[in-house]
Amino acid sequence: MGIELRNITKAFGAFKALDDVSLNVADGELLALLGPSGSGKTTLLRIIAGLEAADTGTILLRGEQITMRRLRERRVGFVFQHYALFRHMTVFENIAFGLRVRPRRVRPSKAEIRDRVMGLLKLVQMEWLAERYPAQLSGGQRQRVALARALALEPDVLLLDEPFGALDAKVRRELRRWLRRLHDDLHMTSVFVTHDQEEALDLADRIAVLNTGRIEQTGTPEEVYNHPVSPFVYNFLGNVNLFHGRVHKGLARIGDFSLEAPQHADAHDSPAVGYVRPHDIEIERCASAGASIEVIVQHVSAVGPLVRLDLKRIDTGETIEAELSRDRHRELALTGGEHVFIRPRNLQVFVQDYSI
Amino acid sequence: MAGSVAMSRTAPPAPATSATTEPAVVRWLLIAVAIGFLVSFLIVPLITVFAQGLAKGVAAWLAAVTEPVAFAAIRLTLLVAAIAVPLNVVFGVAAAWAITKFRFPGRNILTTLIDLPFAVSPVISGMIFVLLFGAQSTFGPWLADHGIKVVFAVPGIVLATVFVTFPFVARELIPLMQEQGSDDEEAALVLGAGAWQTFFRVTLPNIRWGLLYGVILCNARAMGEFGAVSVVSGHIRGLTNTVPLHVEILYNEYNFAAAFAVASLLALLALVTLAAKSLVEWKYRH
Repeated sequence: MGIELRNITKAFGAFKALDDVSLNVADGELLALLGPSGSGKTTLLRIIAGLEAADTGTILLRGEQITMRRLRERRVGFVFQHYALFRHMTVFENIAFGLRVRPRRVRPSKAEIRDRVMGLLKLVQMEWLAERYPAQLSGGQRQRVALARALALEPDVLLLDEPFGALDAKVRRELRRWLRRLHDDLHMTSVFVTHDQEEALDLADRIAVLNTGRIEQTGTPEEVYNHPVSPFVYNFLGNVNLFHGRVHKGLARIGDFSLEAPQHADAHDSPAVGYVRPHDIEIERCASAGASIEVIVQHVSAVGPLVRLDLKRIDTGETIEAELSRDRHRELALTGGEHVFIRPRNLQVFVQDYSI
Repeated sequence: MAGSVAMSRTAPPAPATSATTEPAVVRWLLIAVAIGFLVSFLIVPLITVFAQGLAKGVAAWLAAVTEPVAFAAIRLTLLVAAIAVPLNVVFGVAAAWAITKFRFPGRNILTTLIDLPFAVSPVISGMIFVLLFGAQSTFGPWLADHGIKVVFAVPGIVLATVFVTFPFVARELIPLMQEQGSDDEEAALVLGAGAWQTFFRVTLPNIRWGLLYGVILCNARAMGEFGAVSVVSGHIRGLTNTVPLHVEILYNEYNFAAAFAVASLLALLALVTLAAKSLVEWKYRH
């Protein structure tokens, strides 16, 4: 087992940042801590690193208790959101820092340090920038130096705090791919924090979704996206359309149609909401038997890989967002103001005691 | 496409006036007032000091400056600065470190207290030490018994100077360290550096220009302090007179040329301080 967190609680004054959080990270796994601001994900990461101390709970690394261990002895690599590179040192000196501050007994020789640092620079593809200062580097380059610096001490665990937050979109995607490849090569247990669900879904082996100090769900990207256990997780991981209705003894009635909802077998005529992703909205020109809702096309946005439609329900006046492939859109050839019929697929029903 | 734009041979276009500038008359008037103010309150006095100091010739200037009592005053000023400035560097860095990197009860009070020497009149600053360590104080008898002289002796002067120049380094460092945050230090700690290693390898280099700036200002004030030192020193010629005090004595004896000659040393110090300050600012920007 890589990292085990048990019953971690942390409060800052009256604000409860983490509320009885337990999490396991498998050895060699890349796990994402995903959540909105204030959900506690950065606090959790810092507690693993030792930069904050949990109020209660234990942390185990490879089976060993490290809850009370000092920073120096934790052997974690940490990459900060704003890199925290030492501005008065060159790239080489930054990466060599961890090796140079070792106590004399265990400090490697100058030659060894040089070899190690050049090896890392090669790994992050920046050998030619060894003598530059951080101020002379681009954001993406700084991030790679920060990563190399964290890896210099060969840590057991790599922790990254919103590693691509401060970069622009294109650089972010490139670095994402690059980090994934690096992880596949090194197989180091890694945890990264992000508020960008696309990044988490793209990069991680598993995702832990946090909300106000608690873990809502842990699972692979597929599990978390396709089988979310709560409206919060559903809503956070992608766009959502809501269909209001009622559920009674395992049968949900949403608008004109009904569907089986076995997980709500003991519901008694409770208000319920059906959640559907935009790409699960089927559009037909004619009403089909049973489940079809009439809508009017308000707006067609045909830019980008998918075509986005804004539709307005005739019966309730609510807006529905739908996504179509370009081929399907060409088939239908819809324009604004047309009346069409939609059928939601893959409806996920949640009983309405949540609010978004 | 050749020859598509015909060059106009008429008069050059009138200079564009921005909507946010005043008419030229107003601008020049305001600039004249500002320069007039600067000249009369800053430049004229400065020139006067040098002019009056050299009124009786360079030889007289040299004689006034190297006269034994004057020389003793210069030595004392340098000694006091050499003790007060390093002490305030240590205090200032420690105070700024505590205030900006940690949260603790009383933090705001400490920040306010640091500004106390600025708020208090220098004469009062000097009186504090007379009341604390003088013959009539609680410590007085104990000090007398052990032959330790604080008031009307060099230690008293040093204490008064340290008190008066305390805020300079701290006030310079606090906003700087606050802006820099603790990320760099946290990074160093996670990389295995110890507390002192982090301080000397990461924190100190990050604040070096602000620190130098604070030291320059602290030094200028330490050498030029009059009020607090005057109360504490006892004005014993050759022993407890700093340069500012010596200037006062010379002036009271109607020895104007010598007074201005010694004063010109302080004016020179001011100019050197300004030059050093500009150099540091320039370096910091690059």
